[in-house]
Amino acid sequence: MRIPIEKFRLDNGLLVTLSEDRTAPIVAVNLWYHVGSANEKPGRTGFAHLFEHMLFQGSENVGANEHFELIQRAGGTLNGSTWLERTNYFETVPSNQLALALWLEADRMGALLPAMTQKKLDTQRDVVMNERRWSVDNQPYGTWWEKLPTLAFPESHPFHHSLIGSMEDLSEASLTDIEQFFATYYTPDNAVLSIAGDFEPVDARELVIRYFGSIPRGKGKPALPPMDLPPTFGNSPRLVVEDDVSLPRMYLAFRSAAFGSDEYYAASVCGAVLGMRRGSRLYRSLVRERQVAADVSAFTFDLSKGSDLLIVDVTARPETTPDQLEAEVGREIDALFSDGVTSREIQRAIALIQTDMITAMQSASERADRLSMFATYFEQPELVNEQAAKYGSVTVDRVNEFIRSRLGRENRAVLLYIPKANADADAGTNGNLIGAAAP
Amino acid sequence: MATATTTDAQKTFDRSKIPTLGPPSKVSLPPIVTRQLSNGLKLMIVEQHEIPVADFILVVGGGGTMDPSSKGGLANLTATMLTEGTTSRTSLQIADQIAYLGVSLAAGSSWDASTLSLHAPTAQLDSALALFAEVALKPAFPQEEFERIRKNRLTDLIQLKDRPTAIASQAYASILYGSEHPYGHSLIGNEGSVNAISVADLKAYYRSNFLPNNATLIIVGDVKPAQIERKINAIFGSWQRGSVTPFTFGAAPKAEATTVYLIDKPGAAQSSFRIGSIGVPRSTKDYFALNVLNTILGGSFTSRLNQNLRETRGYTYGARSAFDMRRSAGPFTASAEIVTAKTDSGLIEFFKELNAIRDTVPAVELNKAKRYLQLGLPGEFETSQQIASQLVPVALYGLPLDYYNNYVQRIDAIGQADVQRVARQYIDPKSLAIVIVGDRKSIEAGLRAVNAGPLSIRDFTGRPISQ
Repeated sequence: MRIPIEKFRLDNGLLVTLSEDRTAPIVAVNLWYHVGSANEKPGRTGFAHLFEHMLFQGSENVGANEHFELIQRAGGTLNGSTWLERTNYFETVPSNQLALALWLEADRMGALLPAMTQKKLDTQRDVVMNERRWSVDNQPYGTWWEKLPTLAFPESHPFHHSLIGSMEDLSEASLTDIEQFFATYYTPDNAVLSIAGDFEPVDARELVIRYFGSIPRGKGKPALPPMDLPPTFGNSPRLVVEDDVSLPRMYLAFRSAAFGSDEYYAASVCGAVLGMRRGSRLYRSLVRERQVAADVSAFTFDLSKGSDLLIVDVTARPETTPDQLEAEVGREIDALFSDGVTSREIQRAIALIQTDMITAMQSASERADRLSMFATYFEQPELVNEQAAKYGSVTVDRVNEFIRSRLGRENRAVLLYIPKANADADAGTNGNLIGAAAP
Repeated sequence: MATATTTDAQKTFDRSKIPTLGPPSKVSLPPIVTRQLSNGLKLMIVEQHEIPVADFILVVGGGGTMDPSSKGGLANLTATMLTEGTTSRTSLQIADQIAYLGVSLAAGSSWDASTLSLHAPTAQLDSALALFAEVALKPAFPQEEFERIRKNRLTDLIQLKDRPTAIASQAYASILYGSEHPYGHSLIGNEGSVNAISVADLKAYYRSNFLPNNATLIIVGDVKPAQIERKINAIFGSWQRGSVTPFTFGAAPKAEATTVYLIDKPGAAQSSFRIGSIGVPRSTKDYFALNVLNTILGGSFTSRLNQNLRETRGYTYGARSAFDMRRSAGPFTASAEIVTAKTDSGLIEFFKELNAIRDTVPAVELNKAKRYLQLGLPGEFETSQQIASQLVPVALYGLPLDYYNNYVQRIDAIGQADVQRVARQYIDPKSLAIVIVGDRKSIEAGLRAVNAGPLSIRDFTGRPISQ
């Protein structure tokens, strides 16, 4: 299936993509800013995400919290999210409310700062700290998504540090930081606007020009430090963490090719072979046959610059020790490394990925998000329509080539969570980063 | 790429004016075609030809409410075992077939039903439907697979104890309903009940509930009604009808005076709040008034609870409320994860809002909530999966087929007096269970000082422990 795509660029640099579909009387508006935690300054971790919250606090013509009020009153849904390389904002509204959604997005892109106050910053800082407590500190294994990147990326690398940030850095964030961040990154030439669903393209184009056309272009953003990394870690970095959990869990990360490259598609299929749903290799062997694991999954982080990660996540059964868990997962990866995949495994993985993709495209919101993603990373929203074919052309040989070059022992970062009660037995390694090759 | 240039339109407009909106788009939900097979199986079919996929949900009456009190989790385990082996395919063969067809096939259960869902590209429809029917009609409940699934469930139960939010929800249910009532148990049971269940129990549950005259098959997607009815008749037509066991409910315990139940989770960074009382069944005549009420109180981002506790005070990442409506009265619950240091202040704010909603609801707020519910409805019917799941309550609770087409009018009819009446009737600050899971040594003194009610120290399951 192919979706219709129009694209154009305003004089101020804003890239716009449109995809019309009249199935349901709703329209999705989606704005990606090409800025994420990778763009943060040292000592300001978590700032991109804190800033995402501030964008809902009103702008010159929109009162505090009015963005949510107006969209919800119109029967719409909305939110925003922050990732390592981008921040996005999105609304899905009844078709006749397209102008409202565009007006709201334009007002904050054009005029956020007049509405900023210290009090708003202080409250949202508290909210974000509570988000951190909720998603990281008070969640079993919740620290994994800040600990794994520290293992997998060197300290100076933009992907190394925590996305949600440390409590200390969040406390330090000031209004001046807000102003600088806004002026540097929240500019039309650093953004992509996508509209998908039930709308008239001619009208939408007119509205976009009216609301966004007069917003001045930015002055450019600082270049990121070099992102390129060698294809493998060159060793097996390893971190053992004791946590308030009942069962051990292991995260295994492989440095992998960046999102969108040919090798990325092979990596993605390999991930599905390993851990996508119940027919996958690791589920069958570790959960079903050997019954040493309670659950398993595998996925990529989809990073478009430098290096991506392929991650395997396995939770132990109550009777499985951390050592056994690590050994069993290692044995499976070794077997994959030496024997490769079968064509039936590839066929299964591609079928599942393609069905998921088609299903996602039913949703206007998903469609707009993917258009923005491909436009932001590659300036080519049309790539949305080429994904199924790219997956379809992944072969056994290409996946095996990926496996031989990336899944060896010199490219496995291990993050192992152990229950606190078990901590004494492993006291020597707790919290220590061990760079030596695994035995 | 085309470049759009600045036009006169942008020079002459006034950015400070909120755009004038066109008339609301007409809500036209897709028509539902109904059929009934001669064995009693009801079909609800909705055509949607956007993309070549179709969704099927087989809704079978029963569910966790039917679990004997010593065998909590029986309905859940029975549903899970459907995809673990049939009379002609092993568990692995089923998993293989699902994967190679690129379809999703999942079984689940709620308080009131077991469900079997299929999502398939129409290119694979015949093979996918054959598998779907085989799993639904010919499950074998193999002993070996059951032991594996039982171990999975016991592992899940262990993991629940790591999550303060899960502890709070489970303890809240058991405190509210007590152990005699089915709703006081977990849908997945507990260690004792899961160990007490045998394959014979699963087979008995299956035999007495999985009957065509106790089921509806919902079909949404790229299908033609007449054609799909023929296919369904060919594979489900021989399913034998039987006698359906009526639902029975233990008597709900009498409401008690407001009490604070404190469960210790040493070192917790946040306190998990669950506050409320036994609410209403899905059949309540106050359904629409309660929906509006809850939207205002805690059912949306701009609701009073979230606005106060998150946006004004910064105590939490989110606060909400909900009436969980089932065949019998499910719980009304207000909830949030509050930063440990603000646990007592958070409780005070919860009480402010639970009291204030009984006093007054200004017209502006009422209209906002009504528009939120009315205008948001079409967005719930975008994908075939969404449409199919919206039809589950229609099938299960016998709602009229034009239920969604009349939804906007029914919400329209709700006035300020209705909201105030249901608020006073169903939210009684003098009779609330307040369950808080958090770091006892940091929060107990503050909670006692708030003095919302007597304080009772409980264990993870909600049972009293010595203080």
